[in-house]
Amino acid sequence: MKQTVLNEAHRKAGAKMVDFGGWEMPINYGSQIEEHHAVRQNVGIFDVSHMTVIDVEGPEATAFLYQLLANDIKKINLNQALYSTMLNHEGGVIDDLITYKISEQKYRMVVNASTREKDLAWIEAQITEFDAFMQEQTDNAIIAVQGPNALATLQPLVDLELQEIKRFYAAYNDDMFIGRTGYTGEDGVEVIVPSEAAEALWQQLIDAGAQPCGLGARDTLRLESGMHLYGQDMHENITPLECGLGWTLRKHDETYNGAEALAALREAGVQTKLIGLVLEGRGILRHDQTLIDGDGNQGVITSGGYSPTTEKAIAMAVVDKDMNPESLQVQIRNKTLPCRVVKLPFVRNGKSLIED
Amino acid sequence: MSYVPDNLKYTASHEWLEDLGNGVYRVGITEFAQEQLGDIVFVELPEVGESYAQEDECGVVESVKTASDIYAPLVGTVTAANTALEDTPELINDSPFDDGWIFEIELDEDADIESLLSAEDYRNSIADEE
Repeated sequence: MKQTVLNEAHRKAGAKMVDFGGWEMPINYGSQIEEHHAVRQNVGIFDVSHMTVIDVEGPEATAFLYQLLANDIKKINLNQALYSTMLNHEGGVIDDLITYKISEQKYRMVVNASTREKDLAWIEAQITEFDAFMQEQTDNAIIAVQGPNALATLQPLVDLELQEIKRFYAAYNDDMFIGRTGYTGEDGVEVIVPSEAAEALWQQLIDAGAQPCGLGARDTLRLESGMHLYGQDMHENITPLECGLGWTLRKHDETYNGAEALAALREAGVQTKLIGLVLEGRGILRHDQTLIDGDGNQGVITSGGYSPTTEKAIAMAVVDKDMNPESLQVQIRNKTLPCRVVKLPFVRNGKSLIED
Repeated sequence: MSYVPDNLKYTASHEWLEDLGNGVYRVGITEFAQEQLGDIVFVELPEVGESYAQEDECGVVESVKTASDIYAPLVGTVTAANTALEDTPELINDSPFDDGWIFEIELDEDADIESLLSAEDYRNSIADEE
């Protein structure tokens, strides 16, 4: 199994390690729920070094990304970040990613670990038509610092004023790349550092009061925030239009990969949508549980679990577009239980948005 | 190494049994099992009065990570269920052999008590997994 440079530090901190897409990663350091609360109320740190960093550079870097990505790379400013899907020609989602604009001719993409090989192959094949080149950046670690006290905790360790980095923008501190982004719904940054500097930074953050958090808490935090997980809430056999990611598509433009397929789908009519669910009564909603309403409309939970902040079972689900929220039920083992449809996200700024 | 009390019997599916006398046994899941599951957030208890065959699914323990079935360790009838787990399922994490007990079962006469594991056998069975 592949290991990040922080592997030893995780073991010292008592992490329970698991295989995550070929990487040995911490799932928790004791209690996933405590880690979750630390991020909602204070500050937590995550090793996400397994994610893949790809730099794209050249006179046609922008033109290339304008074709590769379904969001509008031309609308972001210098140092700004953009969330986008990368689609195949059928409109299916190859991956979702964040792209930072480093300069007029250089961008940095951060893609999922589990999709690394196919992403690289796809990007490599696509870039040949452009005067641009790509380079995977491997000799680094990525540490996410997340929570209401994230910036204050990192601030003494850097020279620039973190509050001056706008949300969804990035800045350099020497060889440390700091993006004010995250996957928890809280304020915070994701820091890309050279491998040799990672362990010292990790330890300094712990000494400053940050709670090490595993992939378990990362998943419940992103679910509460209504953020999609690649491989569950989207994949190659569903388009952004069908799973609640229509907002990430650039409009009135059919030049990006997959755009024609999406136009045809719009024409024919999109048949499914993404909804947020809360279980009424006792139990836990899980990935792959099926949904049905009184009219026979169906659906499936794409991400579900226990939400530590709301203390409820919550889920995101892809359902038939006419699903009746009044008669919606979930099948859990041998029981059928009622669910309530709620707006996403479930949690914002550390507070539950679910009405009782 | 997880704690495995000497005075209890065990199953390979990580239940423990405490002999309460008169053929009644108290059942829970082991410390090892709760460590593997992580934070427990929901327990579906067996119904009191319900009869089960050995290895029947009779309840569910769900953690933040996954759902795990609880099995009837031997043939018998459930006589009590720990309803405190409905509001405080984390008792299984905090006190797996005591406050986190799950149910009590009165064994049928033909229950195969010999099929249970001793503490030593159970320790050996989890040694490879730890």
